Amino acid sequence: MSRMEAADAGRAGAADTGRAGAADMRADMSLVEVTDLTVEFGALRAVDGLSFSLAKGAALALVGESGSGKSTVAGALLGLHRGTGARVGGAVRVAGTDVQAASEEELRRLRGARAAMVFQDPLSSLDPYYAIGDQIAEVYRVHARVSRRAARARAVDVLDRVGIPDAARRSRSRPHEFSGGMRQRALIAMALACEPDLLIADEPTTALDVTVQAQILDLLHGLRAETGMGLLLVTHDVGVAAESADDILVMRHGRAVERGPVAAVLAAPAEPYTRELLDAVPRVDARRTGSPATDEVVLEATGVRREFGRGKRAFAAVDDVSVTVRRGETLGVVGESGSGKTTLGRMLVGLLEPTAGEIRYAGRPHTGVNPAVQMVFQDPVSSLNPRRSVGESIADPLRARGDRDEARIRGRVRELLERVGLEGAHYDRYPHEFSGGQRQRIGIARALAAEPRAIVCDEPVSALDVTTQAQVVALLGELQRELGLALVFIAHDLAVVRQVSDRVAVMRRGRLVEYGPADEVYDTPREPYTQQLLAAVPALDPELAARRRAARRTPAAA
Amino acid sequence: MSGFGGFLLRRAAGTVVTLLAISVIVYVVFYVTPGNVAQITCGPRCSPEQVHQVAEQLKLGDPLYVRYWHFLQGLFVGQDFSTGTSVEHCAAPCLGQSYQTGQQVLDIILAKLPVSVSLVLGAMVLWLLLGIGTGVLSAWRRGRLSERVLTAVTLAGTATPVFVIGLVLMIVVCGELQLLPFPQYVNFSDDPEQWAWNLLLPWLSLALIEAASFARLTRAAMLETLAEDHIRTFRAYGVAERSVVGRHALRGALAPVIALNANNVGSAIGGAVLTETLFGLPGIGQELVHAVKVVDLPVVVGMVLVTGFFVVLANAVADVLYAVADRRVVLA
Amino acid sequence: MSEALAAVGTAGTDSSVPAVSGARQFWRRLRAQRAALGAAAVVALLVLVALAAPLLTALEGQDPTTYHPALVDSARGGVPIGSFGGIGADHWLGVEPQTGRDMFARLVYGARVSLGVALAATMIQVAIGVAAGVAAALGNRWVDQLLSRATDVIVSMPLMIMALALLAIVPSSFPRPVLVTLVIGLIGWGTIAKIVRAQTLSLKGLDYVSAARLSGWGTWRVARRELLPGLAAPVITYAALLVPTNISVEAALSFLGVGVKPPTPSWGQMLTAADVWYQAAPQYLLLPAGALFVTVLALTVLGDGVRTALDPRAASRLRVGTGRKDAAAQKGAAQDTAAQDSAAQESAATGKEASA
Repeated sequence: MSRMEAADAGRAGAADTGRAGAADMRADMSLVEVTDLTVEFGALRAVDGLSFSLAKGAALALVGESGSGKSTVAGALLGLHRGTGARVGGAVRVAGTDVQAASEEELRRLRGARAAMVFQDPLSSLDPYYAIGDQIAEVYRVHARVSRRAARARAVDVLDRVGIPDAARRSRSRPHEFSGGMRQRALIAMALACEPDLLIADEPTTALDVTVQAQILDLLHGLRAETGMGLLLVTHDVGVAAESADDILVMRHGRAVERGPVAAVLAAPAEPYTRELLDAVPRVDARRTGSPATDEVVLEATGVRREFGRGKRAFAAVDDVSVTVRRGETLGVVGESGSGKTTLGRMLVGLLEPTAGEIRYAGRPHTGVNPAVQMVFQDPVSSLNPRRSVGESIADPLRARGDRDEARIRGRVRELLERVGLEGAHYDRYPHEFSGGQRQRIGIARALAAEPRAIVCDEPVSALDVTTQAQVVALLGELQRELGLALVFIAHDLAVVRQVSDRVAVMRRGRLVEYGPADEVYDTPREPYTQQLLAAVPALDPELAARRRAARRTPAAA
Repeated sequence: MSGFGGFLLRRAAGTVVTLLAISVIVYVVFYVTPGNVAQITCGPRCSPEQVHQVAEQLKLGDPLYVRYWHFLQGLFVGQDFSTGTSVEHCAAPCLGQSYQTGQQVLDIILAKLPVSVSLVLGAMVLWLLLGIGTGVLSAWRRGRLSERVLTAVTLAGTATPVFVIGLVLMIVVCGELQLLPFPQYVNFSDDPEQWAWNLLLPWLSLALIEAASFARLTRAAMLETLAEDHIRTFRAYGVAERSVVGRHALRGALAPVIALNANNVGSAIGGAVLTETLFGLPGIGQELVHAVKVVDLPVVVGMVLVTGFFVVLANAVADVLYAVADRRVVLA
Repeated sequence: MSEALAAVGTAGTDSSVPAVSGARQFWRRLRAQRAALGAAAVVALLVLVALAAPLLTALEGQDPTTYHPALVDSARGGVPIGSFGGIGADHWLGVEPQTGRDMFARLVYGARVSLGVALAATMIQVAIGVAAGVAAALGNRWVDQLLSRATDVIVSMPLMIMALALLAIVPSSFPRPVLVTLVIGLIGWGTIAKIVRAQTLSLKGLDYVSAARLSGWGTWRVARRELLPGLAAPVITYAALLVPTNISVEAALSFLGVGVKPPTPSWGQMLTAADVWYQAAPQYLLLPAGALFVTVLALTVLGDGVRTALDPRAASRLRVGTGRKDAAAQKGAAQDTAAQDSAAQESAATGKEASA
C-alpha cells in the first residue's frame, strides 16, 4: 500500500466540502502537507504549484535534475526562504505547524525540534571554529531546557548512536579533523539530538564516496526503523531514492511529473520524462557494446610513481602503476577520492612528470605535454577561460601548430563545433552563455582540434545531470568509433565506467587494485575492495537494495 | 600538540630570517649606497677632520661583509668604539652613536619609547573597540538606515588623513571649545590620570582612521561569514539570530581582523609620527623627524631598525593568534 | 536538448572565475553605482584642474610663487589684509599669511603635485608588485622563496618611517617631487605583490590554463594569454585603492616638512603652519584640508566602485588577501552536481540585492 496520498486534492475543486473535510482529517494524520506550493525568486519560478503529503514515519524521495526546484521545496518546509526575497505561495504544514503563518518563535520551535535538516556538504555545513560536540549541544539547548553539561552528554550520546567511535573524545574535535563520512554522521547526530518527527535530507550523500554513501544510507535506514521518524529525501540520484524511500516524486521545472511507490514507478514509469530519466541512468550491469578496440598500443604508463610534498610530509599519490591504452579502446579508471586517479590522468597527458617510471607514447618514452594526447576536464566552469570566446579557445591547438590562415581556422572550428553537436555560429560566444553540458562539448571540441590519438577524460560527466551525462557519453563513443581514439575514462561512478570501458583499472590509495577486461572485473571481481565497491553501488530495484543492505549488515555484525 | 609546537618553531625561524634580511637591507641602503658614507654619517656640519675620524671608526677601508659583520655584532653582542682619546663600550643591541650629540642611539630611542608605546597601544585599544563594534553593528543592521549612516561615517573616516583629523580636533577641542588644554605629555608613572587626559586627543586622531578601516573589514568579513553554509545550518535548527550573528558570524570574522591588525601596526607607527609632531609629544616619531631634518644618520637608521622590529614582532604575534583562532592554518 | 534551458543563471556561479568578459560589462556595472559615478566625476574634475593649472592661474592673473608683501599686515605678524584672508577679485581664495602668495594658484598647483606624485608612485608600485608576484608564483621553489621573503621584508618596513629615512640621505639637489614618488613607489609594493602571487597561484591551478598548455603553447604565451588577463581585475582594484593612500602619504611627508619643499606648492605643506593661523585666516586651514579630504574620499569611493564592478563577490575578500578559502570553495563546487540546483536561487538572490 502506498503511504502517500493522492495530494493533488488541494488544487482541484475546493468548493467540494466533503473533500475538504477529508483533507482536514488527513492533515491531522500526516506529518507534511504541502498544498499548491509556489516559490519565486524574482522572475524565476523555482517551484510551481506543487502538492504532496507525507504520513508519519513514511519516507518520500524528491527526485529531479538541476533546476527542478527540489532543494527549494526542502527549504520551504522549514520556512528557510523567509527574509531572502523569495515569494512563497500556497500552504505548508509540517508536524502541525502552518509554516507560512507561523511566527518567528513558532518557526524556531519547529526547526530542529520537530523537523531537522541534513545538508549536502558536511564540511561547510558545520562551523569550522567550534568542537562538533559543542555545536550539537548548542542546538540541543535551543530546544531543551537543560544544563550545558547535560547537553554535552546528549551530544556524546547521539554521536555514539550514529556510529562515531570513541564519541566522548571525538566530540571535542573540530569538523576539519573528521573525514567526510564522519562529518555527515555528525550532522545526522545533530538532527537526531531533539528526536524530530521528520528528517529532511538534502542530497545527504552527494559529496561522499560510494562506499561511504552506502554506510550513510544504511545508517539513515536503521535510524528510521529505530525511531519511527519520517524522511524526506532530496536527491538527483534515482539509485539513492530506490535505496532509501518508500515513495518517489519525480520533479521537473518546479512541477511534479510522476509519483507513487518507488518499486512501481521505477519498474513501470508512466510519464515519458521519467522513462527518459531512468533510461539515462547508467547501470552497473550493462556491458559495453560495439567497441572499435584494436591491438595497437597508443599510450602506456610503466611503473609510474608520483610524490607530492617534501621531507616528512611527502606522500605518493600514485605508486607503481602500469596501464596501457590501445587504439579505439577505452580504459576506465575508477576509484574513490584520494585514490590517485586524477594524478595518473595528469601524468598520462604530461601535465605532471612522474617521480619514477615513464610514460610511453606510440612505443617511445615521452616527457612533457604532447598535442596528440589531449584531456577533457571535470569542471565545465573552470575548464574554459571566461575572458576568451569559445572559438578562440578551440582554435588554440590550430594556432599553436602554426596555422595562420584565419579563414581556414574559423572553418575548422565551425566544423568541430558542429561535430560535437553545437552550432558553428557559436564561435564568438563566451563560456558563460553555455550550460554545463554544452561547455563539456566545447572542451571536447578543443581536444579534437589538436587531432589527438588519445584523450584522457577526467570525470567528464560527474558535474552533469544524468540525461546530459548520457548525451556526452554517447558523443565520446561516437567520436571514438569515427576517429579510432584511444580513451582513458576516469570516474568515481562505477556504472558510468562500466558503460564505456573495454578494460578497467580499479585504484585505491595510489595503487592499482585490479586491472583487466571490464566484464571480468565487474562480473567476477577478484579483490575484496572491488567487491566492496560494487556492493555499495545503489540498486535501482528496492528489493535488491534491501537484500544488499542485509548482506552488508551481516559481515558488520560478525 | 606537537603540530602547534612545530608551527611556532617555523614561525619563529621565519621571524628571525625576516629581521636579518631587514638588517641587511637597511645596512646596504644607508651605509653602502650613499657616496660619502662618512660625511653623511657624521652630519652636514662636520669638519673634514671629524669626517676622517668617523671614517676610521666605521672602518670604511674594510671589505663590505666585514663591515656588515661588525654592524651585526653590535646588534647582538655589543661593540667598542674608540672616540680618539678613549674607548667607549656600546652594549648590545648597539645601534651606534649620534655624532652630532655624542649620545648613544639606543639611549635616545629608549628615552622616547614610552611616549610612542603609550600612544600606539592606547590608540590600538580604541580603534579595535570602535572599529569592530561599528563593523558588527553595521553588519547586523544591514539594509537599514542606521547601517547607511554608519557606512557613510566610516567611509569619511578612511578618507581623512591622520594629521587633518588631528588638526581639526586640536583646533576645535582645545582652541575653540577649550574643553581640554593643549596636550602635554605626562609620564604614566607620575600621574596616570593626567597621562590619559593628555593623550586623549592624540589617541583619537590616530585611532579614528584605523577604526574606520576596521569597521569596513569587520562588516565585510561578517557578511561573508553570514552567507556561508554553516550559518544556514544553525538557522535551520532554530538557533536565535542574536546567537547566529554574535557567536558564529563574529567568530568567523575574527581571523581576518587579527590579520589586518598586524598590517595596521605599520601604518599606525607612521601615523604616530604625524600625531607626535602635531601635538608636540616627545616620542620617537618627533625625534625621527628632527633627526631627518638635521641628517643625523645613525639615529635615523636606529629608528628604522627599531620600528621594523616592532612591525615584524606584531606580524609574528598576529600569525600565532591567527593560528589559535583558526587551527586549520597549522595543518596547511 | 534540455541543456539549453539550464544555461539560464549559470553565469558567475563559481566565485573563483570573475564573470567579466569585457570592458563593456565593467562599465555597465560601474554606471549602476551612483556614488561611484559621482566620485568619478569629482576625480575627473580634479585631474582637469591639475592639468589646466597654468591656464586657470593665468585666468586669475596670478602665479603660485610670487610674494605679495603688501597684502599682509606685517605689524600683526603677517595676517592677510582684508576679510576671509584677503579674498577678492584679484585673489579668488585670498593669500597666504606672511608671504602673501596667491592661495588659488597654490591650491591648483598643489593638485598637480598630489595627483602626479600619487599616480606615478602607484604605477611604480603596481609594476614592481605584479612583476614580483607573477615571478614568485611561476618561478621555481627558490625564486618563490626569495621573492616571498623579500615581499615579507618590504611589508614589514613601515612606509612612513622608511620614506622619512630615505629622504634624509638623498642630496637636496635631487628634484623633490620625483624623489617622493620614487620613495613611495619603491617601498609600497609589498601588498600588491602578495595579492598577485596568490591570484596567479590560484589561476595556475585552473583547468583552462592546463588546457592551454596541452594545446602546445609555450609557457610565456600561456602566461600572457591565460594568466595576465585574470590578474587585471584584482590589480586594477587594488591600484584604485592605492592612489588615495599614496596621496595621504605624500601629504603627510610634506606636512612633516620632508616631502615636497617650498616654493613648490603642496597641500600637506600648506597645512604645516595652518594651526597657527586658523583664527586669522581660516581658509588657509580649510582649503588644503578640504581639498585633501575631497580628493581622498572621491578616489576611495571610486576605488570601491571599481572593485564592485570588477568582481562583486570577491570585493570583500581583497582586503584580507588569503586565497585559502577560494581554493576550498573551488574544490567543493567542482564536486557537487546538486549545487547547481541552488545556483538558480542564488543568482536570483544576488540579482535582487544588486538592484536594491
